[in-house]
Amino acid sequence: MIPSTPPLTVAPSSELAEVVFDDEMEQAVKALLARYPTTQAALLPLLWLCQDRWGWISPGVMEAVAARLALAPAYVEGVVTFYTMYQRQPPGRYLLQVCTTLSCQLCGTGALVEHLKEKLGIDFGQTTTDGRFTLLDVQCLGACGEGPVIQINNDYYTRLDIQQLDQLLDRLE
Amino acid sequence: MEPILLRARGTPSSRTLASYLEAGGYQALGKALEMTPSDVIAEVRASGLRGRGGAGFPTGVKWGFVPKDNPRPKYLICNADESEPGTFKDRELIHVDPHMVIEGIAIASYAIGANTAYIYIRGEFATEARYLEEALSEAHRRKVLGSNILGSGFDLDIYVHRGAGAYICGEETALIESIEGKRGLPRLKPPFPAVVGLFGCPTVVNNVETLACVPHIIARGARWFADIGTEKSTGPKLFSVSGHVNKPGVYEVPLGTPFNTIIDDLCGGIPGGRALKAFIPGGSSAPVMTADKVTTPCDFESVAAAGSMLGSGGLIVMDETVDMVWALENLLTFYAHESCGQCTPCREGSDWALDVVRRIRRGRGRPSDIDTLLRIARFASQGMTICPLGDAFCEPLRSFVTNFRGEFEAAIDRAEPLSPTKTPILPVRSGRGLFGI
Repeated sequence: MIPSTPPLTVAPSSELAEVVFDDEMEQAVKALLARYPTTQAALLPLLWLCQDRWGWISPGVMEAVAARLALAPAYVEGVVTFYTMYQRQPPGRYLLQVCTTLSCQLCGTGALVEHLKEKLGIDFGQTTTDGRFTLLDVQCLGACGEGPVIQINNDYYTRLDIQQLDQLLDRLE
Repeated sequence: MEPILLRARGTPSSRTLASYLEAGGYQALGKALEMTPSDVIAEVRASGLRGRGGAGFPTGVKWGFVPKDNPRPKYLICNADESEPGTFKDRELIHVDPHMVIEGIAIASYAIGANTAYIYIRGEFATEARYLEEALSEAHRRKVLGSNILGSGFDLDIYVHRGAGAYICGEETALIESIEGKRGLPRLKPPFPAVVGLFGCPTVVNNVETLACVPHIIARGARWFADIGTEKSTGPKLFSVSGHVNKPGVYEVPLGTPFNTIIDDLCGGIPGGRALKAFIPGGSSAPVMTADKVTTPCDFESVAAAGSMLGSGGLIVMDETVDMVWALENLLTFYAHESCGQCTPCREGSDWALDVVRRIRRGRGRPSDIDTLLRIARFASQGMTICPLGDAFCEPLRSFVTNFRGEFEAAIDRAEPLSPTKTPILPVRSGRGLFGI
């Protein structure tokens, strides 16, 4: 039995136009700031907090983060766009990230990708119309001995064949 | 060889502090705290331990570069970015025995005089980051971390810092930038991080596996460690084996073990009885080696003498069915994607090389393409870029084309003539390519 992954909480764009950190968030920011001698160093972890909470990093989130850390919004956007894991569009509830680097390809990722694209009716970088799945091609996930590797939200699924993948996807609502 | 770094593999609850203490854990830290920091550095230097992240630089020597008279705080960073394709040993260590890594961090921090350490872990390793957080909070609760550790007067806090998807952040100065809350663009060296590193302060960056070796060196002595492996490549080494083998995974062997022992005896050989065609010994940035080199001993010197690099020990095995033009296209896709864009030779060179290989694969190659590829491999490597990413894509490029030149020539011979409308157009980054393909 393959374990299952909880869905992402994805806030709609309308909710993230303007963002105010509540007390819980503020507590978490304070705890982060205590780890570093500069406020700027809390940028990546704070962006992670935001993405864990809202599912993606909207321009409104970037502005709120910038204001809290006394940085320019353009600077924050520069950092967000450098890293591939910060989502700048609302993703589906399940982010299917397929490793396409050499070792996984040697172990049959190609067939899984073809199957996924056909089953979901989307290409890499797209989201299904029901908002359930977003399909991404990613570079090496660092689990090359267990290829093919697919990361779904925070969880790694390894050595999947097409049948297991289908069973898994069917259980992700 | 008795397992050392992976001794707890298979033990239930091996990630817990109780399990680690039962195996003698944190005794080395107690022993180190009774030594002077310089004695700890001397012991690690005498062990011959060399960095396991890829460069193979002597760890004790690196620690010794930290200036003792510098009044600023010092930092220790554990590099758990593990993003070199073919490498997954640090993930295994964190899964099996996070406290071993933490004890290594604590001893290294004491040796260089750091009271704060960061573990920089790649963003995708969310589960592993949680394992480390759990182990750290357990260590704090039991007072093996925090203030006045084991009554020694030495204070240490360790924090986990997650990356967010960038191969380049495994390079130590890009990693430092990333912790500081910046884009991960590598810095020029000198100054080296040991003098001007994190937040402008003296900093040592060590790989996870390197740090996991440290408690064993302190507990059992430099001599014991140096007796494992070869004269200049001492100790045990984790090899991540992937690709065409029956039993891929992480294997711990003494440095100097021949590659065919790892592939055939430990990994059960190649599936279907097919023949070995090539292998990459040290992560995808290491030059590819041909099957006739498979008896090369896996130590830093022997692999270098055979024309490649031991690197991180990420062993990618390819059987006779693999199209080497395809394999190179795959690797160049990786590097073109991961170049940070700071240096022109790397940013442009990785994309141009990818485009040329793509057009060869699509039947539009030209006889001059082989020279073009080898020229790019010269143009972006050996000191032409700030960090080693230039070399990291040029080495596979050069070695694939040189070692498997016949396959590239055959692919070019199959090419259809170029129509006038398919001649070069404006450079376009990624996707479409430079040549209208």
